[in-house]
Amino acid sequence: MVSNPLTKNIDMSRGPLDIAGYESADGYQSLKTIAKGLNSVDVLQQVKDSGLKGRGGAGFPTGLKWSFVPSGDGAPVQKYLVVNADEMEPGTFKDRLLMEGDPHLLIEGMVIAAFTIQASKAYIFLRGEYVVAEKALKHAIAEAEAKGYLGKDILGTGFDLDIVVHTSAGRYICGEETALLNALEGKRANPRAKPPFPQVSGLWGKPTIVNNVETICNLPGIITYGVDWYHGLTKGSDHGTKLFGISGKVKTPGCWELPLGLPIRQVIEEYGGGMQDGLELRAFLPGGGSTDFMLPEHLDIALDYDEVAKVGSRLATGTMIILDDKTCPVGMIGNLMKFFAHESCGFCTPCRDGLPWVDTIFRELEAGRGSEKDLQILHEHVDYLGPGRTFCALAPGAAAPLGSGLKIFKEDFERHISGKCCPYKK
Amino acid sequence: MAKIVIDGVDYEVNPDNNLLQECLSQGLDLPYFCWHPCMGSVGACRQCAVIQYRDEDDDKGMLVMACMTPPTDGMIISIEDEQAKSFRSNVIESLMISHPHDCPVCEEGGECHLQDMTLMSGHNYRRYDKEKVTHRNQYLGPFIGHEMNRCITCYRCVRYYDDYAGGTDLSAQASHHHVYFGRHEEGVLESEFSGNLVEVCPTGVFTDRTFSENYTRKWDLQTAPSICTGCAVGCNTTPGERYGTLRRITNRYNSDVNGYFLCDRGRFGYGYSSSDQRFADPLQRKNETAEIMDDSAVQSMLDGFSSENTSVTTIGIGSPRASTEANYALRCLVGADNFFSGMSDEEFESANLILQLNKDKAFHSPSIREIEQADAILIVGEDVTNTAPRIALALRQSVRNKAMELADQSRIPRWQDAAVRELAQHDRSPLSILSGYKTRLDDVADDEIIDSIPRLASFAQAIAGSLSGKAEQIQVEDGQVAAVEKIAEQLKSAKRPLVIAGSSQGAELIKAAANIARALGESRADGAIDLCLLTPEVNSMGMAMLSTEENSLGAALEKLRSGEASKVVIVENDLYRRAPHGLVDEALEKAEQCLVIDQLPTATTAKADFVLPCTAFAEQESSYINYEGRAQLSFQVHRNHARAKSSWQWLSAATEEGIESLMHDCADAVPGLAKLCEILPDKSQFVGGMKVPRQSHRYSGRTAMKSHLGVHEPKQAVDSQSVMSFSMEGISSQKDASILASSWSPQWNSNQSISKFQSEVNGELKQGHTGKLVMERNAEGAYLEVSVSEDSSAELQLSRAHQIFGSDELSSRSSVIKQRMVGSYLGISEEDARSKRIRQGDSIAIVGVEASLSACIRSSIKNGSAVIYCDETMDSHSLPRSINISKSNNEVQTGIKGLIISDLMDEDN
Amino acid sequence: MTSEVIASTSSKARQLNAEEIAEIEHEMTLYPDKKAVGLEALKIVQKHQGWVSDESLLGIAKYLDLPAADLEGVATFFNLVFRQPVGDNVILFCDSVSCWIMGCENMKSHIKDTLGIDYGETTEDGKFTLIPVPCLGDCDRAPVMMVGEELHRNLTPDSIDEIVKNVRSK
Ligand SMILES: Cc1cc2nc3c(=O)[nH]c(=O)nc-3n(C[C@H](O)[C@H](O)[C@H](O)COP(=O)(O)O)c2cc1C
Ligand code: SF4
Ligand code: FES
Repeated sequence: MVSNPLTKNIDMSRGPLDIAGYESADGYQSLKTIAKGLNSVDVLQQVKDSGLKGRGGAGFPTGLKWSFVPSGDGAPVQKYLVVNADEMEPGTFKDRLLMEGDPHLLIEGMVIAAFTIQASKAYIFLRGEYVVAEKALKHAIAEAEAKGYLGKDILGTGFDLDIVVHTSAGRYICGEETALLNALEGKRANPRAKPPFPQVSGLWGKPTIVNNVETICNLPGIITYGVDWYHGLTKGSDHGTKLFGISGKVKTPGCWELPLGLPIRQVIEEYGGGMQDGLELRAFLPGGGSTDFMLPEHLDIALDYDEVAKVGSRLATGTMIILDDKTCPVGMIGNLMKFFAHESCGFCTPCRDGLPWVDTIFRELEAGRGSEKDLQILHEHVDYLGPGRTFCALAPGAAAPLGSGLKIFKEDFERHISGKCCPYKK
Repeated sequence: MAKIVIDGVDYEVNPDNNLLQECLSQGLDLPYFCWHPCMGSVGACRQCAVIQYRDEDDDKGMLVMACMTPPTDGMIISIEDEQAKSFRSNVIESLMISHPHDCPVCEEGGECHLQDMTLMSGHNYRRYDKEKVTHRNQYLGPFIGHEMNRCITCYRCVRYYDDYAGGTDLSAQASHHHVYFGRHEEGVLESEFSGNLVEVCPTGVFTDRTFSENYTRKWDLQTAPSICTGCAVGCNTTPGERYGTLRRITNRYNSDVNGYFLCDRGRFGYGYSSSDQRFADPLQRKNETAEIMDDSAVQSMLDGFSSENTSVTTIGIGSPRASTEANYALRCLVGADNFFSGMSDEEFESANLILQLNKDKAFHSPSIREIEQADAILIVGEDVTNTAPRIALALRQSVRNKAMELADQSRIPRWQDAAVRELAQHDRSPLSILSGYKTRLDDVADDEIIDSIPRLASFAQAIAGSLSGKAEQIQVEDGQVAAVEKIAEQLKSAKRPLVIAGSSQGAELIKAAANIARALGESRADGAIDLCLLTPEVNSMGMAMLSTEENSLGAALEKLRSGEASKVVIVENDLYRRAPHGLVDEALEKAEQCLVIDQLPTATTAKADFVLPCTAFAEQESSYINYEGRAQLSFQVHRNHARAKSSWQWLSAATEEGIESLMHDCADAVPGLAKLCEILPDKSQFVGGMKVPRQSHRYSGRTAMKSHLGVHEPKQAVDSQSVMSFSMEGISSQKDASILASSWSPQWNSNQSISKFQSEVNGELKQGHTGKLVMERNAEGAYLEVSVSEDSSAELQLSRAHQIFGSDELSSRSSVIKQRMVGSYLGISEEDARSKRIRQGDSIAIVGVEASLSACIRSSIKNGSAVIYCDETMDSHSLPRSINISKSNNEVQTGIKGLIISDLMDEDN
Repeated sequence: MTSEVIASTSSKARQLNAEEIAEIEHEMTLYPDKKAVGLEALKIVQKHQGWVSDESLLGIAKYLDLPAADLEGVATFFNLVFRQPVGDNVILFCDSVSCWIMGCENMKSHIKDTLGIDYGETTEDGKFTLIPVPCLGDCDRAPVMMVGEELHRNLTPDSIDEIVKNVRSK
């Protein structure tokens, strides 16, 4: 049985499989399974049973999310599926791999998702810089259309689906699902209030599901090989495989499909090759720039949603950023703060005006002009930017590395102030 | 109702509103910025944070934004919790990061919501010591100043300007902490409602340039409740005076009429009242020169006009722009039989028709608040944005009722502003417009039928016919049948349909509109149909009620011409704007004696033997009757220091008693005005003769103001005629909101303090308003016969255009308004223009009429019809209903530069 | 500033060319609302003109009958819509966390030293404009940058020189 359903067709030394190649590797099998007599309620049930959680960061159960879409007689006719392919979270590099490596997998998954909620139109909201992925996806869509996997009356199910590849004009906030909808509508990408959730009033006011690329790529396996197979992929409480990545100064940084629940140590050592010579692991962000720092003492924790949450961080995108002992943690957090301050949409006050202050303080620290008062202000901003304070999760995302970093690297901050310079700079 | 607990106290609140609104309704102090009572919530500023507890055992609670939280039964919240307070103080600190320390030179200082909220949120020391963000300002036209550095990014301006008022040329730009609010490039803000930005902005980004020019702090302004005289809507205003001149006009809240907003004519059009052309003294014309008359000469001159003292017939010509009292005093002077309308004959015919329909119990004349409830609207021939602007703003809210309905279905609270807009997208309640040309409401219109006026009358009558077999059946072209049916169906299936017409295009469209409303009413059990009939001027309705139908202006002129009458008193009226110039000339030449009472020189005062100076709206107490039949009292704000008196003071003997006795007489004498006196303030509250001060309790510099004249503080002027005093002393207006000029409450120095005077947010003022509906509706009416005949004697059928800046006589004499005025123009179709080799902006001559106007080629205009806008110089009442035109070589004076219409063809086309 | 300075906006609009219009019309078929096409049109025009000038923005506003102010609000929101002229090749230089850890600042200094441009600047020959960009999603091969549509990984001063040389010789 397949054990790496997300990447089994990916070989970056060549281009992606064409449709024939893809088909011969069980490709589009799931649609044939559906065409043989599954209805949307059946598919929804399977996805719910699979226990699939969203891979976009929040880890929300996918089947549950779908079930909020109004269905039946009174429901709006037009519904939309939107794939979140905006991947802009610092240190995150997994969706690019899936789209460049095996575009048909995403398309197959999209047909399943759209069929389940009965959406006849789907958009892939793709990062503008992902030109290779754009070409691969457009080519694959054309192939799938020609084969009847897309378009009218797909495989005789009576279900129609059009997929449009939309390239973003660029901003991290567009990854936030409601801001993404505004961007798709050609508006300024400020997030929207929730409730109402997109499932009820989304794109152009119609019921809409937004899912991450990787989430969608899980679907073909679930339908083709079944829920039991899916559950069998992992040993822990979370199901399925996930893309994990490591960046920073390890010997072999990269991105791999692994079952959820492996110990962190194993991933860093075995896949990342361990730290580069002469460097020690100082700390790491487990799932991109919006997560809390974890420490070497956490290396034996299992990489799944609940375990990582237990020590106060988040699995989020599963792409780890490694901080070594020769790199300045203050500088690293400062780099993240600059990113978040710049990418704030400017809608709500704490994020818009709080983050630039934080960012400025980091620059002052770096230049050796920081003060105790500045540090105090940084501390206050952790709570001020935290969950529930701001309109969307961007600022709380910034508060995660900031808050944990202030605690863990207290001495480093103080040395920047007392020494009036960055101690890591020779 | 939901029972909730706020800081340990039980409250009953409305679960349909958000928690912030309900806190304010309960009189609690909770700071906010992005929320606005008329614009709902978006949750951007995060200033209104409170703590919500899960249950009684929860002692930690969760921070929520009150404006984004629906109150639910049993909810426990805290405003005072330390966590909430410290978060709110962090928010205000953030907002102030780049805010300049320019309060001393900022126009908003002293009435700044940001100042108030900063204090309330407890941010005292600036900790931010880094570089501030700065912006460049834009030129936004003669009305609005722009100082972006003061911006706190609450998004209210664009939410008001774009979302609420339908403007398209102001937007949020850039992102993160560089967000900028402005036009895409410098230039005049196009919306007719731009002035409200000044009040909507919680700080000093958008400022009133007319005020900045003559700046005074809010507390140093002398104010009184006033009524805008710009059109027949009668918006409630607060003019502010210092040093004898008006400094600005702000909105005065009235839940039924203008709510929180004014139009730009009303806000910026007051400048004429301090024009140096104002008459200062009574004048008598001797040959070519004018001589100043002393008081006794004036008295004997006036005696000579009184019907009691003269054997020759004296007639009086009233005015729709003068108060009820001025018109009534004139009527008393000359006798009811000799009192004549001061409107053009066509307008008078319409006004009488409207008056008759306003008594008809089949109809209801909706207030603005009621207009906003309409869910299907038909406008018959009226360009509302230019004739009754505030109603156009209301209609932009009416069309959103569809969105509200959808929101209800999706269980999205109506106050979730952005969510409701995103849900509804372009779905709107139907608004159909029948017009000779595209109007400024075209962007929210479902159907626009553009045609000549007679053909529009047929179309409208066809709708009536489709709604009821009892109405006269008129055939329309095959191509129009579907549109007739569609509009009829939309009106029929609406919960609260609304038909709007007005006197701009003559009586036939009004009749047809009334027929539609009557037909609509037939099938309904639930009472009268909203029929909004717009009269053109502030007191057209009062004027019509005071005069008899036969006594038209034409009849008055004929009396003078024929010698039947030899003396005439003209009150606040320039007859050259009302009748063909030739007829006026002839009549005035024939008159033995002509007395004109007015504020400013006009073509008519130029012909007068005597001119008496009268006070401007803010210099007198008086009442006006608006389009609904709502009489509203306007208080005197300040004294006119010249010899001007109000017209009724010149004309009436009882000047010492104030307008009260005159109003009582008027109520007794004039049918339909019996309730007029009910708008007078309730005297019983003024214990011991105490009055309501026109000056705030912080009014400063009473001594210093006149220090260039002497060191002693002059005695405050005594006002024996009004319940208001020219001083700081007295009972505060908090006692009686109906005499609330400028609202203020401890900690609330800005206009947001109004919530302290409302029964609940957006509710009535606690003590009622300065106006009442006086019209009695008990008449049984019938379908009216509509004449749909075309005048095809010439090539182009005419309809009339009006301009918000220009069509109103007085405001158009204000210098800032002049900067926005255009010259006379003729709107024609592309094809008609081409066939005459006329290009955009060319000078045009009308055959047989002396006039030169600019060509205005508009894509919406039908071939064979034209729309004419006449500026004040034109002899507009001499125009036939159809005209022939040619290209002219005359230079036009003003041209159409700056004309804001959506269907203007490009010059290169 | 007086009102005379403000020329009528429609006269400043640039007439979109046939290719631009064809592509915009194609986008019209993909979105149910023309506002969405407005943002697409900005990208299309940028593709053809290199950047979005005031005249182009007005041209789009006119063609799609959208308020210029709204379009401006959108154009200035997004990172990849250029409202100022750029060089023939835009260098999108990733300055986010993983690249930072892997020493992107040295690469940036190298670019500055060799090309003489800082962020937001264009080389005198008009060949390159340097713009920072958030994480390009290739963190395992940091530092990275894009030059035009080409992604370049594992940057070193030498590889940067090579890239510049190749582009210049094209
Ligand atoms: C600031 C911000 C940026 C985000 N960026 C992304 C992104 O680039 N890709 C993504 O899939 N989800 C992103 N998310 C999460 C999405 O809002 C959303 O939760 C996700 O697309 C849902 O997909 P899932 O249920 O499949 O995980 C972001 C969230 C926030 C708050
Ligand atoms: S937290 Fe607020 S300002 Fe920041 S991105 Fe979200 S909505 Fe925009
Ligand atoms: S008033 Fe509640 S967030 Fe602004």
